[in-house]
Amino acid sequence: MTHLVPSFLARRSLLLAALALGLGGCNKPSNASPSATTGSASAGVQEAAPVTLLNVSYDPTRELYTAYNAHFAKKWEAEHHQKVTINQSHGGGGKQARAVIDGLEADVVTLAIAYDVDQLYQKAKLIPENWQSRLESNSAPYTSTIVFVVRAGNPKGIKDWNDLVKDGVKVITPNPKTSGGARWNYLGAWGYALKQPGGDDAKAQAFVEKLYKNVPVLDSGARGSTTTFVERGIGDVLITWENEAILSTKELGQGKLQIVVPSVSILAEPPVTVVDKVVDKHKTRAIAEAYLKELYSPEGQEIAAKNYYRPRNPDVAAKYKDQFPAIQLFTVDELFGGWSKAQPRHFNDGGLFDKIYKPAK
Amino acid sequence: MTQARTFSLRRRGVLPGFGLTLGYTVFYVGLLVLLPLLAMVLKASTQGSAAFLTAVTDERAVQAYWLSFTTALAGAGINAVFGVAVAWVLCRYTFPGKSLLDALVDLPFALPTAVAGIALTAVYSENAWLGGKLLSLGVKVAFTQLGIIVALTFIGIPFVVRTVQPVLEELDTDVEEAAALLGAGRWLTFRRVLLPSLVPAILTGFALAFARALGEYGSVVFISGNMPMKTEIAPLLIVTKLEQYDYAGATAIATVMLGASFLLLFGINLLQRWARRAEAR
Repeated sequence: MTHLVPSFLARRSLLLAALALGLGGCNKPSNASPSATTGSASAGVQEAAPVTLLNVSYDPTRELYTAYNAHFAKKWEAEHHQKVTINQSHGGGGKQARAVIDGLEADVVTLAIAYDVDQLYQKAKLIPENWQSRLESNSAPYTSTIVFVVRAGNPKGIKDWNDLVKDGVKVITPNPKTSGGARWNYLGAWGYALKQPGGDDAKAQAFVEKLYKNVPVLDSGARGSTTTFVERGIGDVLITWENEAILSTKELGQGKLQIVVPSVSILAEPPVTVVDKVVDKHKTRAIAEAYLKELYSPEGQEIAAKNYYRPRNPDVAAKYKDQFPAIQLFTVDELFGGWSKAQPRHFNDGGLFDKIYKPAK
Repeated sequence: MTQARTFSLRRRGVLPGFGLTLGYTVFYVGLLVLLPLLAMVLKASTQGSAAFLTAVTDERAVQAYWLSFTTALAGAGINAVFGVAVAWVLCRYTFPGKSLLDALVDLPFALPTAVAGIALTAVYSENAWLGGKLLSLGVKVAFTQLGIIVALTFIGIPFVVRTVQPVLEELDTDVEEAAALLGAGRWLTFRRVLLPSLVPAILTGFALAFARALGEYGSVVFISGNMPMKTEIAPLLIVTKLEQYDYAGATAIATVMLGASFLLLFGINLLQRWARRAEAR
């Protein structure tokens, strides 16, 4: 709902940009001609036609991409003498992916879960099947993990996942059927139970079931859960992304909340990709690819770290190590065989999550 | 036969432009209402009838329809009673702040539904002032079915008030005075003199509020708690299905909702006609 207006505007400006590029495209051959020096000299005086990119992202990346887009636009203009405007669209991850499948012309997508990006291939063949191997580190330039937020002083003494299933502990987490973030929370709990001595699938299922019995409200999205916990004061512990946790303790509840880092958690890898069909149509492939590559550069990594995402670059990670405590992390691929297996088994209709709420017969 | 009928219609009509306006109406309604709905039904029919049946008769889906219809009926019912009272006060009395109150009635129309949901939850959740007071009386509002009814009542307020208000303004107070002079008590005057004229308008307002409540998503998801089998409304189930890219399943549930609401609204329309005729007699 929230992205309707910006996307409409974005589409219009994209159209303009495509037109501008189409016109500007006529100049290109002259650059390749022998008089390239004069060509680029004149380009120095006369700037290349401005270009517009649309980045379709999920909810909590708002602050990150506001900062990053400014950085990239500045850098691109300095190097290529071309103005670039990056339009952002934010919303629930699944909703955003559906908008792109249904025709929202995103040059790049930066979503929460590889499963949602995969659908761009599965449903509409907008990207190739091997999209995730095109960029380093599974196409996830920054990572995050799942941690807990508790009330100041940690009155219920919550230290690890097993404290969440105790009687009388109220846990706040969104509905994994509607929230991508909540799926990480669920899999984090499942993985913790698996990793305990003697842990197996049956024990993990029982653990997760018990945990969800302690959940009084299933908000439809991650920000909704943060509101329930922080503003309404409901619940003893909020399970959430690390970046949301740091943001909410810093900005929403200074001195009222604190973060608890569990012994083991899940490595969340929000992937990014160029949308091939769209960039080929808009002739924006070069700049769109540069836009994503820059995320891996030291500056890009620094911006990610400043916005509470864990950087991949070891130097930047070392610089911010106080902000990101070391946790033993497992991935969805290791424990669940990737999202393409985890999604249908746990979250689709009739999956294991639904069983928790089936009435006993 | 049809030709003869149009002919007779044309001859009988006093106003010109019947063909033009009818053509426009059919085009307008077709383009804006029928076309998207047709696309939805087509999408739903892309799956086999067996898949359709499993989707629409799933235990959780049935529970969700039941919840959606009962809470929408309750919300519209509450508005049908108290909306008339509000319209009555706004029409019949003058008091300071009346125009402000009048304007407030429309607010639920203008407010983004998510804002309404957040605001209502802020008031009725257990840690809020009002929610806490109610909880100490043993009434839990937010994150229960009662919370859903509160939200649906909120968004439905303008419908009954705004449909009843103009009718009430048209009614002459002389009639009420005459009834009083003839010895009718207040209750009798209301029941026998006022109510018959108001019933069609009340029914229209009720139907609008009900239809609006049935499709409401934004405000409800904040106050309902979204617990499967307990406070999961049908529109949420549709969104849930879309989230797993199950377009067919989502449209199947939507088709059931659409069919049921059409039947109900059609029924209310018939009732309204009957009420109008009864009044005319």
